[in-house]
Amino acid sequence: MRVDGLSVRYGRFLAVDGVSFEVGPGEIVGLVGESGSGKSTVARALVGLVPRTGTVEGVRRGGVQMVFQDPYASLNPRMRVGRAVAEGVREKGERRAAEARRLLAQVGLDAGLAGRYPRELSGGQRQRVALARALGARPDLVVADEITSALDVSVQGAVLNLVKELRRDLGLSVLFISHDLAVVRYVCDRILVMREGRIVESGTVGQVIGSPGHEYTKALLEAVPRVP
Amino acid sequence: MRSLPARAGLVLVLATLALAVAGPWVWGDAAARIDPDHIVEGHGSAHFLGTDDAGRDMLARTLAASRLTLELAGLATLLGVVLGVPLGALPAVLPSRAARPVSATISFLVAFPGLLLAMFGAIITGAGARGAVVGIGLAAAPALARVTQTLAASVGAADYVRAARVLGVSRPRILVRHILPNIAEPVILSITAQLGYNLLGLATLSLLGLGVQPLDYDWGRLMHDALPRVQIHPEVIAGPALAVALAGTGFALAGESLARAAARTASPPRGEPRVDLPIGRGPLPGAAVLSVRNLTVGFGAVTPVRDVSFDLAHGELAGLVGESGSGKSLTALAIGGLVPHPGRVLGEIILDGRPLAAHSRRELGTALAMVFQDPMASLNPALRVGSQLAEVATAHQDASRAEAWKRAVDRLGRVHLPEPGVRARQRPHELSGGMRQRAVIAMGLMGTPKLVVADEPTTALDVTVQRRVLDLLAEVNDDTGAAALLISHDLAVVATLCTRVLVMYAGRIVEDLPAADLRRARHPYTRALVASLPDLDTDRSVPLVTVPGRQPSPEEVPPGCAFAPRCPSAAEDCAVRPELVSGVACHHPHEEG
Amino acid sequence: MRRAARFAISAVLVVLASFAMLHLIPGDPVRAAMGPTAPADAVAARRAELGLDRPVLDQLWTYLGKVATGDFGVSALTRQPAGEMVADRLPATLQLVLPAIVVAFAVAVPLGMWTAARTEHGRSPRTELAFSSVTGILTVLPEFLLAVFMIWLFSNRLGWLPPAERSGPSSFVMPVAAMAAGPIALLARYVRLEAVRELSSDYIRLARAKRLPVHRIHLRHLLPNTLTAALTSGGTVLSSLLAGSVVIENVFRWPGLGGAMVDAIVNKDYALAQASILVYGIIALTVVFAVDLLLVALDPRSTLRETG
Repeated sequence: MRVDGLSVRYGRFLAVDGVSFEVGPGEIVGLVGESGSGKSTVARALVGLVPRTGTVEGVRRGGVQMVFQDPYASLNPRMRVGRAVAEGVREKGERRAAEARRLLAQVGLDAGLAGRYPRELSGGQRQRVALARALGARPDLVVADEITSALDVSVQGAVLNLVKELRRDLGLSVLFISHDLAVVRYVCDRILVMREGRIVESGTVGQVIGSPGHEYTKALLEAVPRVP
Repeated sequence: MRSLPARAGLVLVLATLALAVAGPWVWGDAAARIDPDHIVEGHGSAHFLGTDDAGRDMLARTLAASRLTLELAGLATLLGVVLGVPLGALPAVLPSRAARPVSATISFLVAFPGLLLAMFGAIITGAGARGAVVGIGLAAAPALARVTQTLAASVGAADYVRAARVLGVSRPRILVRHILPNIAEPVILSITAQLGYNLLGLATLSLLGLGVQPLDYDWGRLMHDALPRVQIHPEVIAGPALAVALAGTGFALAGESLARAAARTASPPRGEPRVDLPIGRGPLPGAAVLSVRNLTVGFGAVTPVRDVSFDLAHGELAGLVGESGSGKSLTALAIGGLVPHPGRVLGEIILDGRPLAAHSRRELGTALAMVFQDPMASLNPALRVGSQLAEVATAHQDASRAEAWKRAVDRLGRVHLPEPGVRARQRPHELSGGMRQRAVIAMGLMGTPKLVVADEPTTALDVTVQRRVLDLLAEVNDDTGAAALLISHDLAVVATLCTRVLVMYAGRIVEDLPAADLRRARHPYTRALVASLPDLDTDRSVPLVTVPGRQPSPEEVPPGCAFAPRCPSAAEDCAVRPELVSGVACHHPHEEG
Repeated sequence: MRRAARFAISAVLVVLASFAMLHLIPGDPVRAAMGPTAPADAVAARRAELGLDRPVLDQLWTYLGKVATGDFGVSALTRQPAGEMVADRLPATLQLVLPAIVVAFAVAVPLGMWTAARTEHGRSPRTELAFSSVTGILTVLPEFLLAVFMIWLFSNRLGWLPPAERSGPSSFVMPVAAMAAGPIALLARYVRLEAVRELSSDYIRLARAKRLPVHRIHLRHLLPNTLTAALTSGGTVLSSLLAGSVVIENVFRWPGLGGAMVDAIVNKDYALAQASILVYGIIALTVVFAVDLLLVALDPRSTLRETG
């Protein structure tokens, strides 16, 4: 997928200012930045939730799916898990239900959960359901917007592992948005650093983390807290 | 269901419905019977509530009028629903450009009192039952539209609706599958309440003579006819008045209180906190600025903090780490003496050698500083930043206003706020998140802090800002010698600032170790936490360590070791709870080598 | 600015609605007003007098011009100018409405805050139950029932207050109380709800951590934020209080605009009905607008939210 000159304007405020990047097949690209950098706006623009200018090539209509930050808000409380997962599936009847069960298994959930309501699931399980729902539409690209920042550390690891597994098994392309450089470094192949609506640095993980070129990237890396 | 108003409302609703069905059958004849011997009378043996100007029994007329009254209210409500609910649902379905004029129309109509709209309708259709129903129905429509609109808008903005849009689900389908099921219940309840308001509104119009006209009679009309006699025979008006009041308030109360009950979350189960407290733990060490002994916090029978004990030396920087629900924030609140009702705090908290309760307000206000998670919410939006600092000095240190203000500006400068004089005069919304958190820390510096309790002070901040706030806390510790207790879910943040780490799990401290030893932790839970946290050196080719299962919630903490069900080294003896001995509460701690 | 524009647009809409009202009446309003026995040429003459025989747009023009000069035509009933009648009656209405507004705020805000402080976090469930039951009933109970009950109790049984009509200061007590009771209950509920929410906010927690005296926390920290919240919902409460005055005036036979309007509607006196509904509409809008302005003055953030 290729994005060229993507801009988003909220009234007079230019939230995203001519952003261009590519996500190759089976590639996980990280988009990092602080609050207000425009990274989440990029996500919303890519899936068509906010109007944008610029071109997006290499994806079918509806070929970009999204997983949201808050696993408690992103599932309809009155819809069973199975139906929620089946919403994006382009099949009918029994094949649809079977596909939903297959998707649940793919994200490491018991197919028996299909009959449950979201409130009966833990945060980590819900985030898996959200991933399964996105996969149901057979997307060319999944945009993951801060999908682990609402989860506890011990659960976060499992979701990150799942994202890597899905890439390995399905050749999934992911735009992985996060404020956490350590998480992005662990999951992604390439990193884009965003600030005030622009991409200020991009490169492979080794380049960006190992030898950052931009002052802002250096400052970000410097500030990452770590266990001695 | 539990609330009294809801129950009373339901009983009244059922009674009204029963009366409306049975009323005209049972009392219809009696209500029409003319008694020439008792015209325009008050209470008497033959006519309990008196008679009207044709000698008809008022009690029977009141009971018989129930059906017409309810029918008209029902019709008006139906009209209101048919007009209002679709109008309110429209903005959720339309694209935003087309939705704006619709919501503007609703706002415009809602600004008018319903009765005025009803009068407008009555002028057009002329006085009479039809006009009143149309008028009240018209008046009810904007209110129902607003309720529907607000509910639909909040559901429409939910992430799951966004997700459905991204999946390509059509707008009508989103409305049917996602929005309607989530707003149906509250909308139906507001319609019920509206039926009550419409009943009262129709009664008002009939009372004014604008509603039901003679030959027909509803409760309002009966009151209209009886009103001139209110001075002589007040009981004549009592029947219809009471009926209107009971039926109208019944519907309104039932609808409103059920809607409120549906929105409310369950309250904690009643009971006493149950914790087996060990008795007698060694004497208090003198050097500690803070000693927490057997601290237990309970809400009813739920005990989120269990038997927590630790000491903090003067000037020590300690971190309290745990995942959500571990009880760490409640521990912080307990140390600050701020556990909200109905929480019960057991055990001892000794600050600077004396129990918390023995300190005066003034001492605590200057010696103990607290910082909370959300800098947007920690400052009062209505007051200037400077005066929120200054009030500490005026309230506790007998400073004059000018003196207090000067000190406030000085402290804002000490936390490196640029142009402290200008910032002090601003209101919180004019400051960035990082600046606000600095201002809160500066507030703690107004006195002479001995202990700073910071509950997730950097969680809402960006990494670069987080680093500066952590540096500031270290600086404050350095300058003032105040000890600090940093509560956080983030092991790395705690390790950055603190020299010592306390790890909490399911309400208890499971390990107490130097921050430098985190990678050599002995408790399996601490080890798992450290291993599952990726940092800038983590090997990317191996999967992250994960912990199966989840932390038990405070209601379901097992009697033995709470971590045992998730623990790789759990054994039979873990059914007995391990005590915190030499820094670790585990029967099978990890040993180096 | 946007608020002023909204007010202006709403006011224009109200004027248009009052004009359209006459044309929405099914059949011939003049015939309806003069009755079926009136001779045809008298009806036609009256139609011409009212200008109803001219094109609609033309009529609208004239109407707007007349409204601007306060000329609402002549009342069919009294043959007096309707504008003059409205001007005569309005002061009596305002004499009730304005004190009722003052009383509503003066009682509701302290009551709501006091209950909030007492019932925070489910403390004192009895106070909460009493408060929610009493205010719950008062909010839904129409003012006329309260009025009738008060007349019965204070005039018939106790004989403390005059039952109706405007006389000395004591004649104001019952109408004002009956009008203010509902708004008091509704406002107090808003205030309590808002105050309870604010009480659990971090800034109150921080103020408590600073060990400020309780009265200082309530008056300095809680009150301003609660007040803005109360005002936000106060606009509609106050305009419904205005509508309540129509009923109250009728029950107490008060010589205000409400009684005149009801008589006009019953007797199909369209000129007077049109004039009075227009005046009521404009007053309701003005109240909402004034509350909006007050909010901006009290809470600078609300302008930011508006433009942001």
